[in-house]
Amino acid sequence: MSYAFEAEGLVKRFGTTTALAGIDLAARRGQVLGVLGPNGAGKTTAVRILATLLRPDGGRAAVAGMDVVRQAADVRRVIGLTGQYASVDEDLTGEENLVLIGELLDLRRREAKARAAELLRDFGLSEAGRRPAATYSGGMRRRLDLAAGLVGRPQIIYLDEPTTGLDPVKRDDMWNIVRRLVADGTTVLLTTQYLEEADALADEISVVDHGKVIAHGTPADLKHVVGGQTIIVRPSDPARLGEVTAILAELAGREPESPGRGVVTVPVEGDAVFTELVRRLDRAGIGVTELSLRLPSLDEVFFTLTGRTTTESDEEVAA
Amino acid sequence: MTSLDTGTRTARTPGRPGGVPPARSGPRPFGLIRHSVALARRSLVKTMRNPEQLIDVTLQPVIFVLVFVYLLGGAISGSTQDYLQFLLPAIMVQTVIFAGMATGVNLNTDIKKGVFDRFRSLPIGRSAPLIGSVLGDVIRYVVSIASLFVFGYILGFRVQTNPLAALAACLLAIVFAFCLSWAFVLVGMMMKEPGGVQGVGFLVLFPLTFGTSMIAPAETLPDWLQAWVRVNPVGQLMDASRGLMLGGPVASHVVVALAWSAGLLVVFAPLAVRAYRRRT
Repeated sequence: MSYAFEAEGLVKRFGTTTALAGIDLAARRGQVLGVLGPNGAGKTTAVRILATLLRPDGGRAAVAGMDVVRQAADVRRVIGLTGQYASVDEDLTGEENLVLIGELLDLRRREAKARAAELLRDFGLSEAGRRPAATYSGGMRRRLDLAAGLVGRPQIIYLDEPTTGLDPVKRDDMWNIVRRLVADGTTVLLTTQYLEEADALADEISVVDHGKVIAHGTPADLKHVVGGQTIIVRPSDPARLGEVTAILAELAGREPESPGRGVVTVPVEGDAVFTELVRRLDRAGIGVTELSLRLPSLDEVFFTLTGRTTTESDEEVAA
Repeated sequence: MTSLDTGTRTARTPGRPGGVPPARSGPRPFGLIRHSVALARRSLVKTMRNPEQLIDVTLQPVIFVLVFVYLLGGAISGSTQDYLQFLLPAIMVQTVIFAGMATGVNLNTDIKKGVFDRFRSLPIGRSAPLIGSVLGDVIRYVVSIASLFVFGYILGFRVQTNPLAALAACLLAIVFAFCLSWAFVLVGMMMKEPGGVQGVGFLVLFPLTFGTSMIAPAETLPDWLQAWVRVNPVGQLMDASRGLMLGGPVASHVVVALAWSAGLLVVFAPLAVRAYRRRT
């Protein structure tokens, strides 16, 4: 087994607040580890320790086999950091930001410029590259942040909530960028508040709460634990809701719920049910205005794992 | 610990498969200097792009000169013209020292905005971002001195010695302010808000700059204040500045000012770097 990064029993306290209470995180080379948790769960603190920005109070962490405390300088040569807390300079243009980072990474000015141009092109920012970053939209800003983390072609990239606050289209763009990085062999640590995002990108997911990992496994494992997916149906003719409910009850083997007027939902295990549902609806001649299969939200995951909702853990302080 | 993961790797560029040589060209010498200069250039670009940041250092000396010369000049020196000659070399010192405070404020802003986390995650010397900021702020000193002299010249100030001596006075003030700015860097590392840095800065700078012979000759001050004026390094600096621009003894003032500069640098630069390392 070859871990790109590995943290064991990390502890970090800020005053009386315990941000990390012995967290274990690890990812193999070329894989994506999704760290899923609500605000204040300790995700960012863990990333900051792995990025050598914070010293742990207990436990140990190694990146590319190098200790994050004793060999911090070497660790910084192989990582790229992108996220809420590692920002670009808003007064500089996109290009100036990337060139500066290139120069700080010991590229010659000419090389730094070439690398900046390459990244700006790859991230669709060539036009915007000459404008100050302060003028960028949210999506452009995130892409520039990510590009800034990639200047040195790092082996390992930390993405701290890369899509929080982005609209669905921009989010998909970001996902595709992450997939391309992974395809090139980069190891990614991705923190997120969305199970959907972790499911779409991660090879393995660690669910964190109160500075500890409360569940770990592949997305499939996790979905199994939290009860798979939920089917949502809204028939075009509200009068046929009863028929839809009956079909769903039979297919799912449990009683559907109706969270709103004209809608029924039921949790299902396995994707096959969905296909069968479509067939049955078609046969019965029932038209629908909404028919979807969605993953449990973070709230539902948390409720299943801890019996609490995420808002109850929000009083924890994010580092 | 499992097997090490430091082997060579092919380059990875989004959208481009491997085969591209690594972007990093390996260690190059004089890293700290190169990195500091690159970061100083960043500070310069920022200042150029937001010239309004220079308004305070440009206008403040002008306002002080106007207020002191026309309100107090007659009373203190008998004529506003004589008083302008007396005041301006000292106001120059005050101006430059105040400009140094901005270094701490700007650093604090950088930290709050997360820009420094980016720098800290890069394999560069820990002190490079600090040195870069301090160097980059030299532009503030130059602009404030230039605006003060242009305005002073219009009002009738004339250097009595020679331009070289006047230049030496300015350089001496800049060297001192540069060394003192490390104290503001330290404050900038310790305070939570940029506004707090400014508050502490004024608290320190008022006794340092006003507790001198800047506004009135030291002989006119009460004894206890004269004692402070004698030990105050800024007072020595102002005396040196007057000597260099108007004539008179300078050697001992210059030596004392330089000694203080060295002392401030030796004490505060390491403290600031240490605070920066600890700051999370």
